[in-house]
Amino acid sequence: MSKRQAHRQGFIAIVVVLWLLGHGGAVLAAGMGIDDARHLLSRTGFGPTWAEIRRYAALSRTEGVERLLDESGTTAVTPPPDWVGVYPPPVAMRTLSEEARQRINQERREQSLQLVAWWFAEMRATPSPLTERMTLFWHGHFTSALNKVSLPILMYRQNVLLRYHALGRFDALLHEIAKDPAMLRYLDGAVNRKARPNENFAREVMELFTLGEGHYTEADVKAAARSFTGWSIDWQNGSLCFRSLWHDSGVKTLLGHRGTFDGDQVLDLLLQRPETARHVVRKFWREFVSPQPDAAEVERLARAFRQNHYEIKPLLRMLLESPAFWTPANRGALIKSPVEFLLGMERQLSINPLSDNTVLALSSQLGQNLLNPPNVKGWPGGEDWLDGRTVLLRRVVARQWSAARRPRPATTRTKQPGQKPVPLDEQPLDFEIQPWVKQFGANADWHAQAERLLLPLPPLRRPATTLPPIQYVQGLLLDPVFQLK
Amino acid sequence: MKRRAFIQSLGAATIATALPAWPQPASSTDTGGHRLLILIALKGGNDGLNTVVPFADPHYYKLRPTLGIAPDQALKLTEKEGLHPQLEPLLAAWNARELAVLRGVGYPEPNLSHFRSMDIWETASRSNQTLTTGWLDRAFGSDSKPTRGTLDAIVVGTDETHCLHGGDARVITMADLGQFRRQAQLLGTPPSVVPAQASLRHLLQLERTIRASAARMKAAPQFKASFNPDPFGRAVRTACDVIASRDRVGLAVVHLSLNGFDTHIRQVATQARLLKTLSEGLMSLRAGLKELGAWHDTLVLTYSEFGRRPKENANAGTDHGTAAVHFAIGGRVKGGLHGAAPNLANLDNNGNARFTLDFRRIYATVLEKWWGMESQDVLGGRFQPLQFL
Repeated sequence: MSKRQAHRQGFIAIVVVLWLLGHGGAVLAAGMGIDDARHLLSRTGFGPTWAEIRRYAALSRTEGVERLLDESGTTAVTPPPDWVGVYPPPVAMRTLSEEARQRINQERREQSLQLVAWWFAEMRATPSPLTERMTLFWHGHFTSALNKVSLPILMYRQNVLLRYHALGRFDALLHEIAKDPAMLRYLDGAVNRKARPNENFAREVMELFTLGEGHYTEADVKAAARSFTGWSIDWQNGSLCFRSLWHDSGVKTLLGHRGTFDGDQVLDLLLQRPETARHVVRKFWREFVSPQPDAAEVERLARAFRQNHYEIKPLLRMLLESPAFWTPANRGALIKSPVEFLLGMERQLSINPLSDNTVLALSSQLGQNLLNPPNVKGWPGGEDWLDGRTVLLRRVVARQWSAARRPRPATTRTKQPGQKPVPLDEQPLDFEIQPWVKQFGANADWHAQAERLLLPLPPLRRPATTLPPIQYVQGLLLDPVFQLK
Repeated sequence: MKRRAFIQSLGAATIATALPAWPQPASSTDTGGHRLLILIALKGGNDGLNTVVPFADPHYYKLRPTLGIAPDQALKLTEKEGLHPQLEPLLAAWNARELAVLRGVGYPEPNLSHFRSMDIWETASRSNQTLTTGWLDRAFGSDSKPTRGTLDAIVVGTDETHCLHGGDARVITMADLGQFRRQAQLLGTPPSVVPAQASLRHLLQLERTIRASAARMKAAPQFKASFNPDPFGRAVRTACDVIASRDRVGLAVVHLSLNGFDTHIRQVATQARLLKTLSEGLMSLRAGLKELGAWHDTLVLTYSEFGRRPKENANAGTDHGTAAVHFAIGGRVKGGLHGAAPNLANLDNNGNARFTLDFRRIYATVLEKWWGMESQDVLGGRFQPLQFL
């Protein structure tokens, strides 16, 4: 750590301590306290439970952030579906009979559902929700979509790659994802060759993955596309292969540099530009802090991100310890994504979902179809999660999932016109209100505690405490503030 | 950005030219207030050259050795141009003189990124200018918009559109009318406080619009018209269901999307399927709106982020291009060809056609001739309206 950085961090620590002092000595003595713990965990996980919040409440903010980073992982704990171990032999779909084609498509559809269900299971089971939040973050940044990639096994492998680097190094992840077969397929890199350069990946890597729009020219796109030629897919095993005959080894001019660049050299040039760190840091800010990145803070974090060789953990540490992360003005400033909303409710109410298929269908209808982002820009997020349709659908889910009696399958409305109803093959497990209320302790004001658990801000329509407990909880879940984190 | 800030950003030169009066609609009793605009986004960048085929142009077949549509395949509109064979259903509208074909549509210094170019179209910005409000949002925020209802616009389906972003337009998104009405009934009472968080204010505004619109909408009517069971057909059906209540809510815009036009690879089958879906959907829409007596007050416009490159690529597809073809359809549309077909013998440095018709002229036509309002402060400059209305 440079002297300057140490100085800066010392300054932040002082600011944090001063802010804490303003919030009462009790917080300092007993750790960050319930509200801060709730804030930290809901911004870095999927709806924290009361037990998790209490555990973190005893830690200081710095200790809490440190524990989140220490406990992050690089692999999933949930066993994947069996078929991910075997790469299917390539088939020429055009030579197949209609029947055979349909059989393969049906198999792929089932596999893709199994894959998303596996990821949801991992998000529930993981000892490090932050690892899954970051994996999901990178899935929305380095997007690929099954509907174009078409082979579920390639999307599985990409998911493994994203998780492996989720809290590692951004530069390493960029180099790996550029050679990832699912990405090569999604952005047409696999068919990019000297005789016919395909600009799709070259453009998006600059616009979305690194520099951001406005920091490159059309000529740069063409030069980069030529440099990336030759990175292709060996369809015998679905892995990267370099086709040297397809590679354009001529001289290119890119971002003011001249050379016989190959793909890795282009990526290094992009990583040298300060715009790249700024672009990524702004995205982190919108993911963890608030919808409006603070320009001076972005500059500070981006400079440190580059100095730290694009290591993600130090960036996250600085971000989560920054005054902006903790300021009361930013509490509840973000809107929960559909995945955070659905998994968060499962976790916070200690209920089992109706079935995997139901949860997957709901997530998709709420605008987050995992493994199929809407386009290469990923999910826009923020206020775009909520519109006239999804506001209402979130309320339907909140009402159903918190009901004392789960709806019978025949009356469950998760079906869109023209689609088959989602089968509910699982025994519904009701929201058990009595043990849920008891978790807050025998003597505590459970109404107030439930509010602190479920809402980041005071409710706009506070339910009466005279209501039956389950209706009181439902009132909190239906409050607009429940949509925030 | 609020409207005032937008106007300030335009600069003094534009303001000075914003003074001349705009043309009023022909009839004094007809204020254009209840006229409906239906926008259909063809997402991914539809290939205009294979949508309206210049089959008499030898350059076309040179550029499209495998993708070119043969003269006897194209549905002839003139001696030089014909529709893609899957657009056959549109011939009914063409023969009724209700289909205008807008050719060579684009803008100066084209941007070939999907997102950026879609933003340029949806915010009606210049190529090098970033606006945060959609062109229709600014129209609804404009003092010269003749009427405002409870609800300005409906976005059908799950796709977002930047056209209506900005906060001035009252918009809801829905997939199904019946479901919307049932769920709206269960919204709680509106809170009396104005929260500090922008996220929360956004949510409360959505709730207000939902409550007010649902209270005024009637149940979906029965139609004799048939609607395809695919997602686009269902979206068209929902559009018709909602339009049945247009006068009760003051609806002026309906937005639909059709995805998948980014045909870098194996374009033939994909585009054929999409154009079939589009043309059948358009004809269901026309039939449904005729039953509602709304077709005469409806203007349907297609748009897309860009066209595609004239020269096909090595993957039997086409890359991002410029000048595109779009359709205007409606009971009062003056059918026929508008604008000039792009010159395939004179391509730009990227191998793309040069546009002949600025898309903002289409918007100016909508604003001035369809809604009888001023267009300059909405569009940030003077754009000559077209003759398709």
